[in-house]
Amino acid sequence: MSESVATLSFHDLRCTRGERELFSGMNFTLQGGEALLIQGGNGQGKTSLLRLLTGLSQPAEGEVRWRGEKLDKTSETYHREMAYIGHLNGIKDDLTPIENLRLASQLAGRTLNETQAEERLVQLGLGRCLDLPCRVLSFGQRRRVALASLLCSNALLWILDEPLTGLDVHGVALLENLLKAHIDGGGMAVLTTHQPISLEGSNIRTLRVGGPAQSSLAS
Amino acid sequence: MLSFLFTVIRRDLMLAARRRGDWLTSQFFFVMVASMFPLGIGPDPVTLKLIGPGVVWVSALLASLLSLPRLLAEDYRDGSLEQMLLTPQPPVLLALGKSLAHWLIYGIPLLIISPILGIQFALPAEAIAVLMLSLLIGTPILSLLGSVGAALTLGLRGSGVLLTLLILPLYVPVLIFGAGAVDAAMAGTGAESHLSLLGAILVLTLLVAPWIAAAALKVSIE
Repeated sequence: MSESVATLSFHDLRCTRGERELFSGMNFTLQGGEALLIQGGNGQGKTSLLRLLTGLSQPAEGEVRWRGEKLDKTSETYHREMAYIGHLNGIKDDLTPIENLRLASQLAGRTLNETQAEERLVQLGLGRCLDLPCRVLSFGQRRRVALASLLCSNALLWILDEPLTGLDVHGVALLENLLKAHIDGGGMAVLTTHQPISLEGSNIRTLRVGGPAQSSLAS
Repeated sequence: MLSFLFTVIRRDLMLAARRRGDWLTSQFFFVMVASMFPLGIGPDPVTLKLIGPGVVWVSALLASLLSLPRLLAEDYRDGSLEQMLLTPQPPVLLALGKSLAHWLIYGIPLLIISPILGIQFALPAEAIAVLMLSLLIGTPILSLLGSVGAALTLGLRGSGVLLTLLILPLYVPVLIFGAGAVDAAMAGTGAESHLSLLGAILVLTLLVAPWIAAAALKVSIE
């Protein structure tokens, strides 16, 4: 692991979709123990910004840096220390939650034994669905499997796109606690959400995407 | 690095084992297409022997093509593809692993079924052996080239048809040398030259195709 301080920063980011510019001139620096909540209406580019931060897509202009280095130079380190949950859960419907977790860990080059996987899933309230294929789980339960996989990753930086979607009240409370523990333990998180999320006491910073919410429907 | 490659292959084999229906469709298709020709043309052994190698090879191409959408499209749809691209391993290994898994799942069974089809076309035992050998060298090329097409057409509307138009022309050399090897063996001129050219194509695609597929993946996933 690099000795430099864990910082995620982006400089003068510009993102376009086809001809249309989503945002430009985005600057931010996030350090260990901080979370970044990205706000903005539908279609303003929140997801696009998150995908730029993961390195899955490339900005039209500007750059993203991890520990002070450009992403494409440090992608191996970055991908080891970062975990992403997008709109899609990234779990296989034909496998059980335990198999999904273990496979994801192996692909990332870690080992995870069955007991560890089980512990994580029980922690997320999936104790009763351990050996069912994910196909028969509900949307919210599948979301929880994805979150369990996030915990198993031991990543320093969490990038979460609408993590609360599909979760019930207990699930939301659970995720809030996990996020707080992660941030207070020196971790970092970047997330978007339309639902209220209470992370009082933790160091939360916000960033608005696409300027003030401008809706043509506003009266 | 190698353990990542093996994990990708093991993962796909495991998923295929959970979905045997999908897997069998491709093999049945292969047998059905090849069996239509003797029914349509008639049972004259001379004609059958003449068209046999070509028909079996064309059927193998089509069966391989039919299974290509499964190579990446499902992983793309459920988001596991982007998760695999976010692992610390290079995407080239992912592309290589996916193609090799595709070959093991869909290519090897074609190889095993082919002698039965050979008998259907009244091919002599020697020609059947060459047919199997040509399929052994040829089918991995189909999977490797197919991974490029599958990566390029990922997430596009009507990707199935586009994939066919894109990939079939690339399959032509494999078809020519594959079927040619069997013809040459039957004509008594020796299949070595055809098989070694097929081997050369395999080495070339093995070296080049995963890189192109990886680059195409990165573009498609954006």
